[in-house]
Amino acid sequence: MTDTTASTPLKRTPLRDVHVKAGAKMVPFGGWDMPVQYTGIIEEHRAVRRAVGLFDISHMGEFEVRGPDALAAIQRLCTNDARTLEIGQVQYAALCYPEGGIVDDLTVYRLADDHYMLVVNASNIDKDWGWVTSHSTGRAEWKNVSDETALLAVQGPKAEALVARLADREVTGIAYYHFGRGAVAGVPAIISRTGYTGEDGFELYVAAGGAERLWAALIEAGRADGIQPIGLGARDTLRLEMKYALYGNDIDQTTNPLEAGLGWVVKPAKGEFIGREAIEALRARGTARKLVGFEMVERAVPRHGYRLMGGGAPVGVVTSGSFGPSVERSIGIGYVPSALAAAGSELAVEIRGAAHAARVVKTPFYPSHTKKA
Amino acid sequence: MANVPAELKYTREHEWAKVEGDRARIGITAFAQEQLGDVVFVELPKVGAKVTALKTFGVVESVKAVSDLFAPVSGEVVEVNAELPKKPELVNTDPYGQGWMLVIKMTSPKDVDGLMSAADYEKLTAGGGH
Repeated sequence: MTDTTASTPLKRTPLRDVHVKAGAKMVPFGGWDMPVQYTGIIEEHRAVRRAVGLFDISHMGEFEVRGPDALAAIQRLCTNDARTLEIGQVQYAALCYPEGGIVDDLTVYRLADDHYMLVVNASNIDKDWGWVTSHSTGRAEWKNVSDETALLAVQGPKAEALVARLADREVTGIAYYHFGRGAVAGVPAIISRTGYTGEDGFELYVAAGGAERLWAALIEAGRADGIQPIGLGARDTLRLEMKYALYGNDIDQTTNPLEAGLGWVVKPAKGEFIGREAIEALRARGTARKLVGFEMVERAVPRHGYRLMGGGAPVGVVTSGSFGPSVERSIGIGYVPSALAAAGSELAVEIRGAAHAARVVKTPFYPSHTKKA
Repeated sequence: MANVPAELKYTREHEWAKVEGDRARIGITAFAQEQLGDVVFVELPKVGAKVTALKTFGVVESVKAVSDLFAPVSGEVVEVNAELPKKPELVNTDPYGQGWMLVIKMTSPKDVDGLMSAADYEKLTAGGGH
């Protein structure tokens, strides 16, 4: 993603100096000064698949909403049905425009009876804040807690045991897309069984002031497990191998949830929400294009914005692409006409003026190891 | 500080050339591979192709980025590193050795005079990039 706010100073997470001290290569991302890699993207990627990795994702935004009409506000804003959320449960959803385009994708946490937390993409915090507060009605009080909240992700097959050793409560019983409260290394946290890697693990929401202590404790306690700090580079290749959408790359205001493969978080039966009519019209008509995963026949790397060809003619565009370190080949995702969306369909990617063969494959590219509910 | 062998010549675009008579073996520098990160694909011309000094002759792709490769000298490609398609990571692990890219038979060995010395290249990269 390109940084569009180069004229304003980059924002820093509470751990920015820790990353610099650790030798991270820092880059601008969505207005933030973030670590893209520490030792190398492939090594970091493999550490998460094989052992455990630690991510600073404090750039993500968190909004709290509470009050008797908090649920009604969320129901109006989000495509998914938050009525089914229990306290301690998390739900993935989208915010849509009336025309069906996507404002952002997010997770919704039910913290208490009339109290929720929405977790949004870093580059969309200001836009989303304006959107949710201007479309919220009734007795719902919104609070943007992004700046005072730090977020660390601990991901990989050894993440559960590591967090269990440092937590003052049991964590193995926390199911996928659920959370509990407890202290980790003495730092009060929301311990959420979620992530963006396809591995088991947790995301830990803590007060900004506790971030450095928690980070240091996890690095220290995870040393024997082979823990490594992980930059945004590997975060991107890990999510790409799972075909998790990245806002600004794969989804945006010009794409709708159905063509993006997010129809499962659109619940028209719940009642009115922003974008419902447009999305239902699309569903009735059938989507003209679909977001698919494809692999390259050779190693040439597809990148965001490259043209997709079918039968010699332009048919779509690559929205994300990279070498996938765990699948050991170049992979990508992009929009193609629905007729070309089936696994096995032959495509080509135009790379530096030449067509390079590719084929549509089943996704995820790499098997998911998230905890089953 | 990245390794800059004294016996090689360099371009501002971070390629090196090892001159052997009328031939030059070329690749990218340790500094360049550090900046690129993990190399996953190298696109090179075939034996017999002509390359021109300071023009692009191929690309190197890391996980994150694509970069053009610039020829230090003009001439004809007489050897291509056949290991790189299978093991592009050699560019990272051994940029001046097994990570070499081409051998060029120079049209004009005088091209070498236009290249940077190791000392000058070291000054160029002293800032360390990021």
